Amino acid sequence: MSTRDRKVLIEIDAVSKHFGEGDTRVDALRQVSLDIRSGEVVALLGPSGSGKTTLLNVIGCIVEPAAGRLVIDGEDVYSGRWLRGDLRRLRLDKIGFIFQFHNLLPFLDTTDNVALVLELAGKSRRQARERAVELLEYLEIGHRRDAMPAQLSGGEAQRVAIARALANNPRIILADEPTAALDSKRAGIVMDLLRKLAAEQDACIVAVTHDEKIFDRFDHIFHLRDGRLDGNGGEDGAATG
Amino acid sequence: MNLAYRDVRHNLFRFLLTCFGLSLLMAVVLSMIGIYNGLVVDALTIARAPGADVWVVEEGTRGPFAEASRIPADTRESVARLHGVTAAGSVTYQTAEADFAGGKLRLYVVGHEPGRPGAPKDLVAGRPIARSHYELVADTRTKLELGDRLRLGRNSFQVVGLVRNHVNSGGDPAVYITLSDAQTLQFELAPPAARVKIARGGSVEGTDTVNAVIARVDPNISADAVADTVRRWKHLAAMSQAGQENLLTRSVVDRARRQIGLFMAILLTVSAVVIALIIYTMTMEKLKQIATLKLIGAPDRTIVGLIVQQALALGGIGWAFGLGVVMLVKDYFPRRVVLEPENALVLAGIIAAVCILASGLGVRAALKIDPATALGG
Repeated sequence: MSTRDRKVLIEIDAVSKHFGEGDTRVDALRQVSLDIRSGEVVALLGPSGSGKTTLLNVIGCIVEPAAGRLVIDGEDVYSGRWLRGDLRRLRLDKIGFIFQFHNLLPFLDTTDNVALVLELAGKSRRQARERAVELLEYLEIGHRRDAMPAQLSGGEAQRVAIARALANNPRIILADEPTAALDSKRAGIVMDLLRKLAAEQDACIVAVTHDEKIFDRFDHIFHLRDGRLDGNGGEDGAATG
Repeated sequence: MNLAYRDVRHNLFRFLLTCFGLSLLMAVVLSMIGIYNGLVVDALTIARAPGADVWVVEEGTRGPFAEASRIPADTRESVARLHGVTAAGSVTYQTAEADFAGGKLRLYVVGHEPGRPGAPKDLVAGRPIARSHYELVADTRTKLELGDRLRLGRNSFQVVGLVRNHVNSGGDPAVYITLSDAQTLQFELAPPAARVKIARGGSVEGTDTVNAVIARVDPNISADAVADTVRRWKHLAAMSQAGQENLLTRSVVDRARRQIGLFMAILLTVSAVVIALIIYTMTMEKLKQIATLKLIGAPDRTIVGLIVQQALALGGIGWAFGLGVVMLVKDYFPRRVVLEPENALVLAGIIAAVCILASGLGVRAALKIDPATALGG
């Protein structure tokens, strides 16, 4: 399947976002437009304050843009009346999050950290745990299914976090510095895993990163500066496809 | 999956320690309620012990508990002859101190006529007073035992019977002796004092005086009607048992009751503030986890449930521990602690309401948190 044949999962059209007013106004995003298709693994790069985290938050339906249009997997977000519960449902069904510091709930074991997302989506406890174990096995961490987060190494915890992000088969996975807490070897393993998932599940992955060691793992790298995509739509060439 | 339970289980020791701290506070609140009740019960026990329907006292007084009252002992015969009165007896009440087991024993001495109204009916050991002199029936709180001897005034008394929970409104345990012994103790001057009085030209007054006459009334006759008849004699006052009890609770123990009531209200307020602070702190410690929950799609009710359930568990366990602690130690209190099941249930309801209100602060903080917080480092 050629790139153009793939479905656009994230459509951002002239999105702007500012914080504060008057002298304190900060334009975090200015007329940003980009499309991300299924199976793509893209990176958002830029200096601190360039707007990459705001863009990730806009895509994650956490921050509402001041202007522009956001379409997530065919759903025109914020057109018409979108309540907080609708955004929650959209996040639950279509978006998985991977954090810089895994953010696993410390009072749940590995399996339940993954199963929680499935239970929130309405699955029974048994179904949720079965699927969670399946995912942990898939990510080669099944042997740690009963461990508490505090007992996991950084790489193991991040893989559990990835399993949690994948639990509901989301079409979009947003990752905030997913390899920042890992050494280069483990960072490479995690990125290869994300690439494999994107390909197998026909999902797209958007990551904010500063980690140069993994730049070659992205299909596209978008540079942001002062809330705008740099140069040629901000795109900086593709890596391995 | 119950997140509140899992979180508690994860930090079980800390949670139980917090519950224990709260339970001590609850124990103090429950104790205050118990002492508050005990104060009223204590005040009424002595008044109820003789099973009187009408109390006849000195005119212009509200004796014998609220005010001092002295009337001639022969008043009893006059009262006994009234229509509807089935039995009458003279009684005296006084506070005395006695030496016992190397310490001072503060006692509430009740004088009565054996065989007439005024004698204690609910002995837990021994027998009622059978001799005219030098026998006594004591409350178990005096620590006296059957056969013990106790010196009161110039005479030595032998313990022949025991009663339980007979104390006055000040918490002093009661001892029952015969009326004549009580009159001697209360009204007879010591020989040196009597000699001095005579030497000064005075006369030694007779001791045939009592503090009150109590009457039992035929069930078909109104006690108030008998009291009205007595009041017509002008030199006496009378009140029904209900009036006496009302006087005791409204007047005699009212100030102490109010003080304890106020203290109880302050304690409940302090408990509410402590619970609110604990729950708020517990919530603030979990803000990042709550932000993560929101980000992964947990509905508000899951987050509210996490906080409110923990708050209720905290209050519930604190209440149960507190109740247990009070039940274990209540008999060692210097005052009677009377805790009725409805008292504990009402407090449980108040604690539940306080927990729900207190968790409002934590819930507000949790619902306000931006899910994006989870994305930050």
